[in-house]
Amino acid sequence: MKQFAELVTILGTSTKTNDKLNALSDYFASANDKDKVWVIALFSGRRPKRTISGSLIQLWCSELVDLPLWLFEESYHTVGDLSETVALLIPDTLTIKNAEPRPLHYYVEKFVELAKAEEEKRKEFMIQSWRELANPVERFVFNKLLSGAFRIGVSQKLMVNALAKTVKLEPSVIAHRISGNWDPATISFEELLSESAVTTDSSKPYPFYLAYALEDEPSSLGEPDEWQAEWKWDGIRGQLIKRNNELFVWSRGEELLTGKFPEYTVLKDLLPDGIVLDGEIIPAVDGKPLPFALLQTRIGRKNITKKQLQEVPMSFFSYDLLEFEYEDYRNTPLSTRRKKLEEVVATVSHPALQISAIVNFNDWSALAELRSGSRNQGAEGLMLKKKDSIYQVGRKRGDWWKWKIDPLVIDAVMIYAQKGSGRRSNLYTDYTFAVKDGEKLVSFTKAYSGLTDKEFAEVDAFVKRNSLEKFGPVRTVKPELVFEIAFEGIAASNRHKSGVALRFPRINRWRKDKKPDEINTIGDLKKMLEIYGK
Amino acid sequence: MLIEFTNKGLYCKAGNFFIDPWQPVDKAVITHAHSDHARSGNGSYLCHRLTKPLLELRLGPNSIQAIEWNEPITINGVNVSLHPAGHIIGSSQVRIEHNGEVCVVSGDYKLENDGLSGQFEPIKCHSFITESTFGLPIYNWKPQDEIFSTIQNWILNNNAEGKTSVLMAYSLGKAQRLLPCIEATGLPIFLHGAVYNIHQALLGAGIKLPAARRVEPDMPKETFKGNVVIAPGSADGSPWMKRFSPYSVGVCSGWMQVRGNVRRRNADAGFVLSDHADWNGLLSAVKDTGAEKVYVTHGFQAAFSRYLNETGIYSAEVKTEYGIDEEELIEPEPQS
Repeated sequence: MKQFAELVTILGTSTKTNDKLNALSDYFASANDKDKVWVIALFSGRRPKRTISGSLIQLWCSELVDLPLWLFEESYHTVGDLSETVALLIPDTLTIKNAEPRPLHYYVEKFVELAKAEEEKRKEFMIQSWRELANPVERFVFNKLLSGAFRIGVSQKLMVNALAKTVKLEPSVIAHRISGNWDPATISFEELLSESAVTTDSSKPYPFYLAYALEDEPSSLGEPDEWQAEWKWDGIRGQLIKRNNELFVWSRGEELLTGKFPEYTVLKDLLPDGIVLDGEIIPAVDGKPLPFALLQTRIGRKNITKKQLQEVPMSFFSYDLLEFEYEDYRNTPLSTRRKKLEEVVATVSHPALQISAIVNFNDWSALAELRSGSRNQGAEGLMLKKKDSIYQVGRKRGDWWKWKIDPLVIDAVMIYAQKGSGRRSNLYTDYTFAVKDGEKLVSFTKAYSGLTDKEFAEVDAFVKRNSLEKFGPVRTVKPELVFEIAFEGIAASNRHKSGVALRFPRINRWRKDKKPDEINTIGDLKKMLEIYGK
Repeated sequence: MLIEFTNKGLYCKAGNFFIDPWQPVDKAVITHAHSDHARSGNGSYLCHRLTKPLLELRLGPNSIQAIEWNEPITINGVNVSLHPAGHIIGSSQVRIEHNGEVCVVSGDYKLENDGLSGQFEPIKCHSFITESTFGLPIYNWKPQDEIFSTIQNWILNNNAEGKTSVLMAYSLGKAQRLLPCIEATGLPIFLHGAVYNIHQALLGAGIKLPAARRVEPDMPKETFKGNVVIAPGSADGSPWMKRFSPYSVGVCSGWMQVRGNVRRRNADAGFVLSDHADWNGLLSAVKDTGAEKVYVTHGFQAAFSRYLNETGIYSAEVKTEYGIDEEELIEPEPQS
């Protein structure tokens, strides 16, 4: 655990990617194999499920250290992280001196083993672990691992690169081998990285090829006829796989979603065997996508009602073909893959499998015109793909670009503030915004990002000096600061007072030039809903 | 009570003087020379002998009366004496006694003897006014020796990699406290101008401090290579830092206890070294006074005060203008 805690410390504090890479690579070179497998799992989104609630952890910890719960909560609001709070609250006097050091996998596996045990057993394990991990950093990492919130500022890509460096394989090969279905508790490091694993696991997806945002004018890309344009959909990026007569649906986050969308089951019979398609998981009626807000009603649901299947039917908007008749097509040009894909989709001919249409254009300015109509297509912009591009691994510049439309914006005033977490702990960075409703203000969204550290510090100071009321961690603030809120979409919602829900709201800029009475109104929001929310 | 909480500061009516006032008054007793406690514009000042040169440096010439610790004087019939607070050089608790009632204003304090600021002295009193900068149980300090050896290892490690170690520390207090720690590594020490001015003032007052040089604009880059620089937090990220490249930044502050603060500061290392009492320090200081009433000022006063009340010690929060705010993140810089 000590070695892993040291790794996490470097990853958490180092500001240079190269230092992080080296720390990971050193770890892979020296740690024991079982721990390495867990580290790969943890950094590729395969952490164990949280089985102990935060409130139980609070309760057990405050009992152990003999402090009232309210003081625990007060500490938690200041630290901004439950795992860290617990780690800091255990005093030296309670730790077991010279406890036998145990490896990372011991703790994770023991935790998984106890997932279904009675509460008393789990409590005993947690407290014993807190006490034997004498170093607060190790306690912190332990808590983090088991609270299902293990994010440490390292991308999967970086981990893959580090592993590639240590075992001397290409990163794209590593990315593929560690994708898909495997259980860190049972697989060995050798098995995981072996070539045979790829061929025996028929569910294995390919690493996704991701695009950067286009920042320059598209004319910088060269000749229009070398490029293919498609609508950029606002759904879940996914891979649809059929191998050995089984169907698998993977999300970009490498979550197996096969069971969640029964609409796709029919494709198992219709698709040819040994095929992998890349596309968007998105609800659609008559080939036209429905707003993201409706997709959200399907995500995370265990049981899907008939009504939902009727109202929010899922489609797969395919735009690439990665494997055909068990043959890896990723190194053939996009134009070839596209042709094959069109044939496949035409043969299947079922509404559950759509082809993501190509947007035809002759010159860049015509395309810009088409792009401005993206919202009417239910799209959030365009994808530009070079016709001769191969299907690469991870986020790469050059051949694929996303060219999103400008967000919708509205001016609003901040009315509530709450402290953030992580690097924003003890700083008011999470705000709630309101628009005018006659003489009153009505809250309509929260936003957490979009300001610079300096601006956050400035707003933080304002909040501290202009708090009107305190509700637990939330402060009511004098409605004075005006911000431009940007968002990608708007939908009707009966869960919000304002009657609208925004898609990906964030702070676009601080309107220091505007006074609170110059902000937008609820009427303005309703108008946007009318235009874009259908 | 002997002390009233007014909008100008802590006021002793019987003696007609203020302690650490934040608005100009006729007579001010000053606990220590940090800018939120010692402000300009007062008619006259009373402080510890070692605080005087610092006040002169920061506020210019003034009517300043300096006394020693445990040297009682009388102001308008009220007995006043200063006692070590252990916070920074010269920092003092103010003990006031009148008609058999004793009140102690502690200013800022820490319990550990840092070798420069004196050993905090617990004083029996009826009412005790305490700070609460780190008044939450998440704040627990390690002994100074242990922190120093961590810092020394970090410095030597940077040195081995050819990097300059830049330690970010409060110019008055923390910076001087670090000097012996760095001196033990045998590496030359360089000071930012703000730190250097205080260094000179203290040397002038006869305090022995390890040798250190000011960072001069014309010093060639190689001068700093692998060596150590002390600078105030405000220098971080400024063009002034460029001359030390390649360097590593270590921030020395109690706030470094929380990871988020280390990350926000973009520090390469955070050293949990504070000149304030930690949670247990505050609790034991309060208990040792035997005070019937405890007034809690700047910091986590709501939480600390509530906890004292729940453990049977009568306590109330007091709003002051010490610290930037109850939740200040970065210790304030003296305006030097």
